[in-house]
Amino acid sequence: MNSEILGVVASFLITLLIAIPLGKYLAKMFAGEHVWTDFLKPLENGLFKLAGIRPGEPMDWKQFLKAMLTINLLWLVYGFFVLMYQDKLPFNPDGNPGMTADLAFNTIISFVVNCDLQHYSGESGLTYLTQQIIIMFLMFTSAATGIAAAVGLFKAFRDKTTTNLGNFWEFFVKAITRLLLPLSFVVAIVLAFNGTTASYEGKDQFISLQGDTVNVSRGPAAQMIAIKHLGTNGGGWYGVNSAHPLENPSYVTNMVEIISQMIIPMAMILAFGYFIRRKKLGWVIFGVMTVGMFMLMIPTISSELSGNSNLTKMGITQATGAMEGKEVRIGPLATGYWSTLTTIVSTGSVNGMHDSTMPLTGAWQLLGMMINGFFGGCGVGILNYFIYLIIAVFISGLMVGRTPEFLGHKVEAREVKIAALITLLSPFLIMAGTAIAAYLFNNYGDADWAVKPANWLNNPGHHGFSEMLYEFTSANANNGSGFEGLGDNNIFWNVATGFVLILGRFLPIIGPLAIAGLLAKKKYIPESAGTLKIDTVTFGLMTLAVILVLNALSYFPALALGPIAEYFSMK
Amino acid sequence: MKKYIIQSIRLTVVLTVLLCVIYPLLVAFVSKFSAGKGNGETITVNGKVVGYANVGQKFDQPQYFWGRPSAVDYNAAGSAGSNKGPTNPDYLKQVSDRVDTLLKYHPYLKKGDIPADMVTASGSGLDPDISPEGAAIQIKRVAQNRGLNAEQVNQLVNQHTEKHLFGPATVNVLKLNVALDQLRK
Repeated sequence: MNSEILGVVASFLITLLIAIPLGKYLAKMFAGEHVWTDFLKPLENGLFKLAGIRPGEPMDWKQFLKAMLTINLLWLVYGFFVLMYQDKLPFNPDGNPGMTADLAFNTIISFVVNCDLQHYSGESGLTYLTQQIIIMFLMFTSAATGIAAAVGLFKAFRDKTTTNLGNFWEFFVKAITRLLLPLSFVVAIVLAFNGTTASYEGKDQFISLQGDTVNVSRGPAAQMIAIKHLGTNGGGWYGVNSAHPLENPSYVTNMVEIISQMIIPMAMILAFGYFIRRKKLGWVIFGVMTVGMFMLMIPTISSELSGNSNLTKMGITQATGAMEGKEVRIGPLATGYWSTLTTIVSTGSVNGMHDSTMPLTGAWQLLGMMINGFFGGCGVGILNYFIYLIIAVFISGLMVGRTPEFLGHKVEAREVKIAALITLLSPFLIMAGTAIAAYLFNNYGDADWAVKPANWLNNPGHHGFSEMLYEFTSANANNGSGFEGLGDNNIFWNVATGFVLILGRFLPIIGPLAIAGLLAKKKYIPESAGTLKIDTVTFGLMTLAVILVLNALSYFPALALGPIAEYFSMK
Repeated sequence: MKKYIIQSIRLTVVLTVLLCVIYPLLVAFVSKFSAGKGNGETITVNGKVVGYANVGQKFDQPQYFWGRPSAVDYNAAGSAGSNKGPTNPDYLKQVSDRVDTLLKYHPYLKKGDIPADMVTASGSGLDPDISPEGAAIQIKRVAQNRGLNAEQVNQLVNQHTEKHLFGPATVNVLKLNVALDQLRK
């Protein structure tokens, strides 16, 4: 047990040790100041030249969004067709088939939006070509899109009054060349040297010790696993993701992967503070997020370590905790730790099956995704949190009877309306989706789909409801993990979550950038004695309270029907 | 707008070359210098590959140590967990049957001796390891079936118990069984 505690503590400390300097570096690098990676400039200039981009060109918030949405739309269209016809294309050593239209629709959206919800299994659903030019490509570019969007927001608040959000292309390319690609290279090599497969060999066959003939899926996984975590993507090379022993072969690789998925989300928060020259604000936000993280993590770990009480009743010894769906080399403690982080930072990779975790663990996983602002995904975490900040500023302003201000700009009706709409969007998408699914399950059980609604659920009762709730929550949060027992490869789930994915991704990027663009244009009001200071612990607690109240009001009823009811049924 | 479309297409093409050709090939090349050459580390007996060190395989014959229950029956062409929830009655019945099976083959055991990992399915269905406790309960059966004395087998298990600075202690079932086979000779 001690070595397990030590492992988790070490993972967390190493994460901090990397994330803090990385945050400073990102702020300087995106601000165009001199940094040690400037030797990569010729490479970037080459890319800009080949793509016909003038990196210094300023963009206002509308141009910035147009550039971002155009390239994302291109990936959607192009990827959709490549996935459908992958069987006709080269690099398919295992002879896997093309995707159905609804599965291709779901898959391409899922990866463009950095969610990586997977309704297929990597070993049999994709080819080596599509794994790399679609899936891995989008893992880099969707993460870079999120980071570039966040830097656009940073830029809006760096100067007193501005219409310039910076150049989308420049931030996007630099996020790849100066951050994602070099780090991925290092992580991929470390994984490959610790047993993760990295070569292009197809399936292997051998005769086992007992004389069975066994086929083993392999392939260049390390390359993808690196960016899957660094870019908070989460889609695995193998079907069971990082629980697979060739994707995550040891406790050491498990530490590397868990550290990789946290460093950029953490660093981006600090980068915000440094970039807008309000270091303290960055640290206050970082503090609130860390507190929120522990509020979810401690009960998660405790519920996993206590094990399944139904197994205890049978007289089975659960010395290390609940083991169903978990791997011996990783253990329940590190799996619990991972499950909290992967749900708050929207990675959605798993090293154990969430469907088999304890009821309350499921509740905390769901809540982490519903809040989606404790560190959050690459870049988009700070955008989600920004909405909470605007709401907190507005409510605090009302409480003290002053016009709310955010960093020297008046927050008025238009901005608050956008923030309110974005806040309401998530509960609407999650609840409406789950309600429709539950209705279909009950009333149209034998609809003629690839998986009949009556056969959707792998578990009866409350847990079955949680499977549906989890799927929509994960889609909306662009998380990508699942209660994988759900039979989700059919037209309903592919199409429904496809729409939720796309709305849950782009509206929460467009909203904050629009607010930032609108605010930055306004006259700058210098700080006075009457200004609400937002870089204080008091305001940090206020934001935390707003986050908790909003989410409790929105989601408690749904959680009560699923994991909470299941928890009480166990006693 | 047209400008953005053209820039998007050109940028997608150059980034595909950088991220999907140069980067993965470079990693694949460097990985050739690793222990498994990037193909996964194999275990060989008398020049023949008998399995992958990190991929669990099915053991159900009495002369071998058994691994954990698997939702895919150790078919490594795919991978899956059971995805059974903790209150699912079918699942609880399944666990209880596994306990009975273990007790049948290990009549010297009490229920309380059985560690959770031996009666629960792993996340991947390919877990290569069991806990040291999971190995300990099988020693007597394996020794009896091989005509060895329990102490000899116990020593072998101890040799194959990997304690780590970080993370739980593990016993790699395939490596242990290969060593057992060699012991007989």
